[in-house]
Amino acid sequence: MAKWDGPLGRIDDYRWEIPRSYKEGMRVPGLIYSDEEMLGHILNEQALEQVANVAFLPGIVGRSLAMPDIHWGYGFAIGGVAATRADDGVISPGGVGYDINCGVRLLRSDLHRDEVLPHIRKLMDQLFADIPSGVGVSGRIRVDNRELSKVMVNGARWAVERGYGEADDLEMLEEGGAMKGADHDGVSRRARERGAPQLGTLGSGNHFIEIAAVSDIYEPEVARVLGIDREGQVVVLIHSGSRGLGHQVCEDNLRVMEKAVKKYDIRLPDRQLACAPFTSPEGQDYFGAMAAAANYAWANRQAMTHWVRQALAKAMGRSTRDLGLRLVYDVAHNIAKVEEHTVGDSPTRVVVHRKGATRAFPPGHHEIPLRYRMVGQPVLIPGDMGRYSYLLTGTEAAMKESWGSTCHGAGRMQSRSAAKRAMKGQDIAAMLEKKGITVRASSRSGMAEEASEAYKDVAQVVEVVRCAGISRKVMRSRPLGVIKG
Amino acid sequence: MENGFQILEHTADVGLMATGSDLKQAFAAAAAGLFSIIAQSRQIETRDCHHIEVKAEDADSLLVGWLNEFIYLFDARHLLFKRFDITEITPTSLVAEAWGEPVDPSRHHIKMGVKAATYHTLKVEREFGGYRLQVLFDV
Repeated sequence: MAKWDGPLGRIDDYRWEIPRSYKEGMRVPGLIYSDEEMLGHILNEQALEQVANVAFLPGIVGRSLAMPDIHWGYGFAIGGVAATRADDGVISPGGVGYDINCGVRLLRSDLHRDEVLPHIRKLMDQLFADIPSGVGVSGRIRVDNRELSKVMVNGARWAVERGYGEADDLEMLEEGGAMKGADHDGVSRRARERGAPQLGTLGSGNHFIEIAAVSDIYEPEVARVLGIDREGQVVVLIHSGSRGLGHQVCEDNLRVMEKAVKKYDIRLPDRQLACAPFTSPEGQDYFGAMAAAANYAWANRQAMTHWVRQALAKAMGRSTRDLGLRLVYDVAHNIAKVEEHTVGDSPTRVVVHRKGATRAFPPGHHEIPLRYRMVGQPVLIPGDMGRYSYLLTGTEAAMKESWGSTCHGAGRMQSRSAAKRAMKGQDIAAMLEKKGITVRASSRSGMAEEASEAYKDVAQVVEVVRCAGISRKVMRSRPLGVIKG
Repeated sequence: MENGFQILEHTADVGLMATGSDLKQAFAAAAAGLFSIIAQSRQIETRDCHHIEVKAEDADSLLVGWLNEFIYLFDARHLLFKRFDITEITPTSLVAEAWGEPVDPSRHHIKMGVKAATYHTLKVEREFGGYRLQVLFDV
């Protein structure tokens, strides 16, 4: 693949700028968070061209942003953030992606690593048996069309009302697990057909459930507020999204947006950036359907949370109450939200597109659960399955500079087939087993694609956002067992 | 290039190049390429016939629409296809009969789920002696 050779100015050790003058039509400059070493990888592909292309979107304010885990996607790069004015700017499905509200949830427990390790195989078998995963697998939840509409409006609350989890869980979710303005009528028959049987399924690709133990606590006081008290404490990460329902919502709306681009005479350098004015019927229809898909994803992660609790209780021979498995938080990393930010000197309503990026609101923000408000919003950053994951919090600097956003994960470095070639002949499960990580996967080749070597080191990604000041590092965990779709 | 298609490298996604002496052949090769990404094509039998019609704004959208039709049929109805007889094609519409069968986990190895065919780096090009298509899948 061709190296990107556009102009790039160094702002400081962790910030780089693509000037507006790079391409005629860029409305704002591009800003990339990276250190010099990671920039080398980033320049190996065309991700920065996509950062420049996003700067063409009508109504974009500030800068077209790229997080250090950026890699080449479609339309927006993965790891891209852009804010457009809600009044006269556009909304772009390509700024959210196909897996609407793909996101991460973190649970804390009262268990210690040493209590769980003797049961880890049994536990992973139990989780693998109880949580449907892989391609073309149907879930255990049956919903008809009317019920599916309720899922899309009520999100995680729908799941709790059906007995999946506890009411307390809902307080600890971004948006309370149900975005307002969801329009289930705008979700097509095809999207429903794909989504109904997949509710309560993990999916495939990079989706996973991980049992991990806290290995490092960087800010003990903040960690304690978030429910993390000691090294060795067992935590659970769930990474999944809106399944086929979200993919179809994106596709359906991209087709509408194609026409909208012509109708509203929007000039774009890349078709996959197709968009419509946020206030237009096309823009509002997409936003409503996207919110419906996002709510489906929150219901999905909620149902799986319930099964995780049950599986842990069963494998450990304890009651679920005994385990203390409480939600730390749940974040979306593929989503568009209407938020109030300061543009120039005035508070402005903007549509923040986060595609492979996480909201990271600072201490005191009114959208953070009361219990956490003093420390800032928890940010969950999963790494690859062989290394570690992080718990961060948002900062005031993020609010000022990156629309309250930060990175979302490790970011791919190798293509899936390159990863498979590099891993050829090696038993990934056995390699991980040697590191003390028990893995259960639906697909062996899928495991090779997700090997550590295919990803950037998430520690380096997190270090960049910390040094740039857009996140604080709170805790790191290392995996004990992983379920792969 | 085997069977008129080739899988292309991409960091996060999977690309496909397909060729044919005419648009019908090239589109058929692209669909065959898609199912080679999802499953082992040799394991798929042509038991059932499925009638498919796609309409679009232009040839690019037609290709994306054609492939997304199969992604939907696989995701929602668990259908795999192997033979694609395109009976009519214009730059904005096509009619086809696709032959395949429902997924049978005892016989079919499913390799990968595909979320959608995208417009990114999409190409429908005339070249000497036929057509060349390029498409990127979000997986």
